[in-house]
Amino acid sequence: MKKIDIAVVDYGMGNLRSVSKALEHVAPSKNVLVTSNPKDIANAERVVFPGQGAMPDCIRELDSRGLRDVVIQAAHNKPFLGICIGLQMLFEASEEGNVAGLGIFKGKVKRFAAADMKDSNGDKLKVPHMGWNQVYQANQLEVNRSPHALWQGIENGARFYYVHSYYVHADDASITAGFSEYPQQFTSAIASNNLFAVQFHPEKSANAGLQLLSNFVNWMP
Amino acid sequence: MLAKRIIPCLDVTDGRVVKGINFLALRDAGDPVEIARRYDEQGADELTFLDITASSDNRGLLLHIIEQVASQVFIPLTVGGGVREVEDVRRLLNAGADKVSINTTAVLNPQMVADAASRFGSQCIVVAIDAKKVDNQPFEWEVFTHGGRKATGLDAVKWAEYMASLGAGELLVTSMDRDGTKIGFNNPLNRAISDAVDVPIIASGGVGNLQHLVDGVKIGGADAVLAASIFHYGEYTVKQAKEYMLHNGIEVRL
Repeated sequence: MKKIDIAVVDYGMGNLRSVSKALEHVAPSKNVLVTSNPKDIANAERVVFPGQGAMPDCIRELDSRGLRDVVIQAAHNKPFLGICIGLQMLFEASEEGNVAGLGIFKGKVKRFAAADMKDSNGDKLKVPHMGWNQVYQANQLEVNRSPHALWQGIENGARFYYVHSYYVHADDASITAGFSEYPQQFTSAIASNNLFAVQFHPEKSANAGLQLLSNFVNWMP
Repeated sequence: MLAKRIIPCLDVTDGRVVKGINFLALRDAGDPVEIARRYDEQGADELTFLDITASSDNRGLLLHIIEQVASQVFIPLTVGGGVREVEDVRRLLNAGADKVSINTTAVLNPQMVADAASRFGSQCIVVAIDAKKVDNQPFEWEVFTHGGRKATGLDAVKWAEYMASLGAGELLVTSMDRDGTKIGFNNPLNRAISDAVDVPIIASGGVGNLQHLVDGVKIGGADAVLAASIFHYGEYTVKQAKEYMLHNGIEVRL
């Protein structure tokens, strides 16, 4: 069997073509497999866990394919990249449909409160939060610690493409690897050992996004 | 903070990009893949492809174009024109589209918008609204379908609210009176819709100069501005447009 360098977890929600195309673009020599087979995910060297749509549907589809355990294992033992709902699902629970998540991290997924949000012109801010926003890299609270390996070659404050109505609130602030503002500060990236997960879409974020994916492909946590 | 987006629009027919005036009189503007790559290099925030003939032959051609663009250009791609059923949405997403724009079908069968949003997520469902100022109705702007040929009797502002409530993640608002005229967006129309809904709106139709883009955001309340001819014929680059907006106090991605 051909070695699987990167498994993109497919649980039937949304379009994974953009993710796999971008990975193939930054790592043309790697075998990128979009798969819903637990064995492939268990055997892959690296795992990308994307997500689109509503979190209750994502959790249900993940479970109906028997992928929960293998995703949790991968999140603990190999280079793992969560994207969008793939970040949100790592937490305990979401306000979206009051659904429980995978519970890898303590904390909740909350909805942007559209009615209270205004920009500097006094115009209301729209939900979903859609478009290019700045991502500030957290130094994970430790003095003199350099930014995370996945930020290498990416300017602090670089813009990434977002589309989401919910954001994560981690109980443990030290896992925050990046944040953005809309209009309040929210966590847009988390990091913990072999895991990195982002709220934005690196596969749709032009050069900054491709750099992050390339960093992930070469990451040796 | 979140940047306002600039979205070049590529009207595609027979595998070529074209541009019309008031939805008619088409003029060739070039190869879609080449144009997409050029706009990406100039810093376009997204790209929109509209299949303006939508015959079945063209559909195959368009899917092929989207596949080619999606493997080279890593920014969001929206595709619209002739999307009739949920299966059309799936086919376009599989070809590499990130969002699908639904127009005539939304009017004929609003449930299709709800079904597509619940299956693929609101983030990829854009409802396109072609609106025209009318004086024979109790409201100001009426929704038209079939590429602007058929009146629907629907109030564009109420229609926008309804579409957002069914799960549209974004609205593409085109003023038919302004399309191709280069006299600027219909800002009162855009403002009325933008204030009525929580989802982002893309202003479309009528851009002739860079001040029109600024007015679209500041006066019309648009979250994104869409333009075609000012970019296709090299009058301005996307980068020049962004620099001009930034100079006028609008947050952009440079």
